Amino acid sequence: MSDAMHPAIAGAQPSQRAEKNPDAPLFEGAYKERFDGILTRYPNKRAALLPVLHMAQEVRGWISPETMNRVAELLDLTPAYVRSVASFYTMFALRPVGRHLIQVCVGIGCDLCGAEEVTERFLELTKTRIGETSDDGKYTVVEVECLGACAFPTVVQVNDEVYENVKAEDVEGLLKELD
Amino acid sequence: MAYPYEHPREERMLSQYFGDKDAIGIDGWIERGGYKALEKALGMAQDDVIQVVKDSGLRGRGGAGFPAGLKWSFMPKDGKVPSYVACNADESEPGTFKDRELMRWTPHQVIEGIIIASYAVRAQHAYIYIRGEFVDIVRVLNGAVVEAYERGYLGANILGSGYDMDLTVHTGAGAYIAGEETGLLNSLEGRRAEPRVKPPFPAQKGAFDRPTTVNNVETLASVPHIVLNGADWYRQWGTEKSPGTKLFSCCGHLQRPGNYEVPLDFSLKELVYELCGGPPEGRELLGVIPGGSSVPILTVDELDCDVSYEGIEAAGSFLGSGGLIAMDDSTCMVRAVRRMVEFYAHESCGQCTPCREGTSWLTKILKRIERGEGREEDIPLLLDVGSNMSGSTICPLSDSAAVPVVSSIQKYEDEYMAHIRDGSCTAKR
Repeated sequence: MSDAMHPAIAGAQPSQRAEKNPDAPLFEGAYKERFDGILTRYPNKRAALLPVLHMAQEVRGWISPETMNRVAELLDLTPAYVRSVASFYTMFALRPVGRHLIQVCVGIGCDLCGAEEVTERFLELTKTRIGETSDDGKYTVVEVECLGACAFPTVVQVNDEVYENVKAEDVEGLLKELD
Repeated sequence: MAYPYEHPREERMLSQYFGDKDAIGIDGWIERGGYKALEKALGMAQDDVIQVVKDSGLRGRGGAGFPAGLKWSFMPKDGKVPSYVACNADESEPGTFKDRELMRWTPHQVIEGIIIASYAVRAQHAYIYIRGEFVDIVRVLNGAVVEAYERGYLGANILGSGYDMDLTVHTGAGAYIAGEETGLLNSLEGRRAEPRVKPPFPAQKGAFDRPTTVNNVETLASVPHIVLNGADWYRQWGTEKSPGTKLFSCCGHLQRPGNYEVPLDFSLKELVYELCGGPPEGRELLGVIPGGSSVPILTVDELDCDVSYEGIEAAGSFLGSGGLIAMDDSTCMVRAVRRMVEFYAHESCGQCTPCREGTSWLTKILKRIERGEGREEDIPLLLDVGSNMSGSTICPLSDSAAVPVVSSIQKYEDEYMAHIRDGSCTAKR
């Protein structure tokens, strides 16, 4: 991440990385600069809430109650308000997720072309159920829709990487690639 | 990766450079004629820019089809209060993936359209509200926005015109309803993406209570072409009521799924059978949803129409977002509809009772029919719930959820009855 990130894009960074450091300091150093940059792009502090939550998730991998309290403090909002917004959006992880957050698109385009088998194969190989994190902390498999690449089914997003045309038989190789 | 699908019968205005990696960066874009339209627009009076877009007949490409120039003309002209443009890049209608490709291959085409629109409506700040899931596209867009600032197409005194404007990329976080324009505005303001009651309309009271124009990515990407070449040039394509070209995102059971750009008087049947190659070998088509999962399904006998707004409406559906979903005879219609309705149940924001309750009841009933545990009275029950959900809520999500149910029962009732009466399915595996 560049220290001199343009404020126009400071709040628009992919926010789910493989490196998850739940105790990493929030909003310090380069992240403080980005936080300040985000604030310059909106006429009030409330509007910075989504970008700031994304940034917190980027740093820590999920959004804990403590994180929400801190965000509330910084943006002059109540913790309850921050929680009500964070819980509305599916991309904010309100509990810790695995190193690889595997998001399988089950929208109608992918569903018609075999998304269910892809999901089942992921669950089988990671020995998890939907939304659970594997015992080794490596994988969390979730169903999402629609990832908006319907001509290339099944679409799978792992953290910040998008994979297109994934078939059930590709899943094993894809998991190996992640390790 | 080169853009995998194209057909000689396409009319590629927006998609001319899909697959051309060199068109993504600003130098390549300028070499291909980029930002000439912006230079031209900045030399025109704002109202003249609005007029040419009005004359072109360009209609909103997000789904509603509202005339873009008319929408712009609702914005205040005195410049007394701050005003905004929001580019709706929350593409989330299932089956639609055209905006993703526009931003992926031609981010500057979109940005140029945004700057021209902002100039025309006298906005000082524009936001690209892009859905958070488009992580790879966000990277492309971020790079392009920074390039545009570095070259003086954004910021203070754009190209020496005296016009100042900022552009900010704002990512959503996973909410279909943020694609509804007032839901988008709430989300942009750091709120839950709950749609607002209209009026007031966004042009009166939009983002941060200020006048705001919300336009879809494809609408804005069309603007530079219109400004540069004129309204008459644009009207060489399409019909009187639906001028121009449009991208159709074609997915599902097709030989060649992909984005195809065709004039709006193109035949729907030819789009499906010729450009997309029809269903896979040995399969028959069962039906086609022409405009994203919110519009009624058409049977194969209903495809004899053109793809204009009015053409598809006369055939019994809507152009919507242009997300065409084809289903062949391997499809279990009950399952497909259940899948679509389940999506709406998950995405209902919960403000209005008919939607919050209706979507989950539709899902429950469809699931039991799918399992072979349905009752004959479930059919009138589904229709009754669907009718109570329509026209009784703040936004159209509720209506959208009822559409696949009602239209599939009207056209494929035997599929439902096979599940209900025999616990069987008519899909050919």
